[in-house]
Amino acid sequence: MTRTMRIGKAGKIAAALCAVMLLGACAKKTGDGLDGANGGYGANGGRGGPPGSTQDFVVNVGDRVFFETDSTELTSTARSILDKQASWLSRYPRYAITVEGHADERGTREYNFALGARRSQVTRDYLAARGVGGGRIKTISYGKERPVAVCDDISCWSQNRRAVTVLGGAAGY
Amino acid sequence: MNLLSARLLRAIALLGLAVLASAHVAPARAQVSIDINQGNVQPLPIAIPDFLANGGDPQLARDMAGVITADLQRSGLFAPIDQRAFIEKISNFDATPRFGDWRIINAQALVTGQMVRQGDGRIRTEFRLWDVLGGSQLEGQQFFTDKNWRRVAHLIADMIYEKLTGEKGYFDTRIVYVDESGPKTNRVKRLAIMDQDGYGSRFITSGNELVLTPRFSPTSQEITYMSFGNSDPRVYLLNIETGQREAVGNFPGMTFAPRFSPDGQKVAMSMEQNGNSSIYVMDLRSRATTKLTDSGAIDTSPSFSPDGSKIVFESDRGGNQQMYVMSASGGGAQRISFGEGRYSTPVWSPRGDLIAFTKQSGGKFAIGVMRPDGTGERILTEGFHNEGPTWAPNGRVLMFFRDLGGGPRIYSIDITGRNEQKVPTPGFASDPAWSPLLN
Repeated sequence: MTRTMRIGKAGKIAAALCAVMLLGACAKKTGDGLDGANGGYGANGGRGGPPGSTQDFVVNVGDRVFFETDSTELTSTARSILDKQASWLSRYPRYAITVEGHADERGTREYNFALGARRSQVTRDYLAARGVGGGRIKTISYGKERPVAVCDDISCWSQNRRAVTVLGGAAGY
Repeated sequence: MNLLSARLLRAIALLGLAVLASAHVAPARAQVSIDINQGNVQPLPIAIPDFLANGGDPQLARDMAGVITADLQRSGLFAPIDQRAFIEKISNFDATPRFGDWRIINAQALVTGQMVRQGDGRIRTEFRLWDVLGGSQLEGQQFFTDKNWRRVAHLIADMIYEKLTGEKGYFDTRIVYVDESGPKTNRVKRLAIMDQDGYGSRFITSGNELVLTPRFSPTSQEITYMSFGNSDPRVYLLNIETGQREAVGNFPGMTFAPRFSPDGQKVAMSMEQNGNSSIYVMDLRSRATTKLTDSGAIDTSPSFSPDGSKIVFESDRGGNQQMYVMSASGGGAQRISFGEGRYSTPVWSPRGDLIAFTKQSGGKFAIGVMRPDGTGERILTEGFHNEGPTWAPNGRVLMFFRDLGGGPRIYSIDITGRNEQKVPTPGFASDPAWSPLLN
């Protein structure tokens, strides 16, 4: 009986951990294949991680904004996320960032490099205008080469048209 | 990469190709030919018996005929006749065939050949092309090779193609492309090179770096491509014989979409700065770099006209992607695409008569061609998702890649759009680029 209860308890803890992991996986799914080095959030300190951590930024602030089809304009949702990113980055000036621009697959490879570059640039410019020092920000475009969602319909395409703010410099390519 | 390149170098050295006309060959006027400019080409029935082994390797002699047959068949211009229908069994390379036996099975052309291993270990391959109706020899050549008999097969196929169509062939060529492996969210992309028939694919980059959009030099064994190294993504040159690699310039922003000029001395490409992508050209010897467009729009995918005087490119300066032609020194850009949809990746035919492109409309991606003045648009194939045409050196055939959802594959299609073929590759493959003729 005691034994069973212990197992039950462990099971509960496992379930709680699992929920955290799921959230993590969820955030990762809508997000980036690129920031694997930043992965594992949720493993310690709850879903948001300690304040000022990468997990905190990804989960509580939001590390990415999305774009309309073939557009490089920031939506109001995107601007409000970037406002939060800018204030967080002002609070934690130790981070350099790379803004990655991405496109969905409905375009040619070369055009999408240019489109991703524009998306990273408008995102960069917005953050800079909100007080993030330009010297802290690098930009890079991955075009359509690094989708996070892989299906051939609108739900995926909208997740792939994104600019991702990655803490701590360029991802490992 | 060095190992691979060394192997490649060795393969080329081993070929030791010598093209000699047989002394006893008297070329005759052809009564047999194909007019490939007519609208609906009737493939020419051609008989290609196995080459004679003459004490050598009979399998090799069969394979030689097989590769020639496959080249000609894939072109769509020839209809090789089933060997089982043959009446005469060729047993003496130097004897005149019994033309009557070949007329009965409706062959219009006949290819005979033999492979002889010489005292020095090399293989001598001889072939003759016969006009069955005219009862005469059209062509006769011999080749010497150590190991690379496939190149000999492609050279023979090119000679047959040229003799019977009046235009240069494209079989002795290679394709550089992007091999793709792994999950879609994190594809490993490597440059690979293979013969135009898909044979002998091998990697020329390691897969550590994301590499894209390779293009052949028209004049040397060099390719230019884009790579995500440790710094900004940028354009590189790679000598595929020596493995030597260098960055094309050192610019502050991303450089991409590189293409050689027809003389191989310049590379046109896009450079991105502060979100704007403009077209530049760099002289590879002097390293002088010139900005050719300055529109504030996305200007990319430049392609030189074969005389080097003009560049066609894509730009969204008018609101969405369209094709423009400008002087190769910049300026005077004129829009040439006016159809419904968006036009991108223009590629000027080596013949100069057509520009191939990717066209997006109604959620579909088509491969099409139009004249350089924008008239005569024709769609060759359509669906989701076709992209990135590249021309065979004779301007008669295109390759492109198609992704039906699982992953990309390379296809070829002739400019009538009637003859589409999948090109076999070991894995997923995109961004094909056709080499010039190797010989």
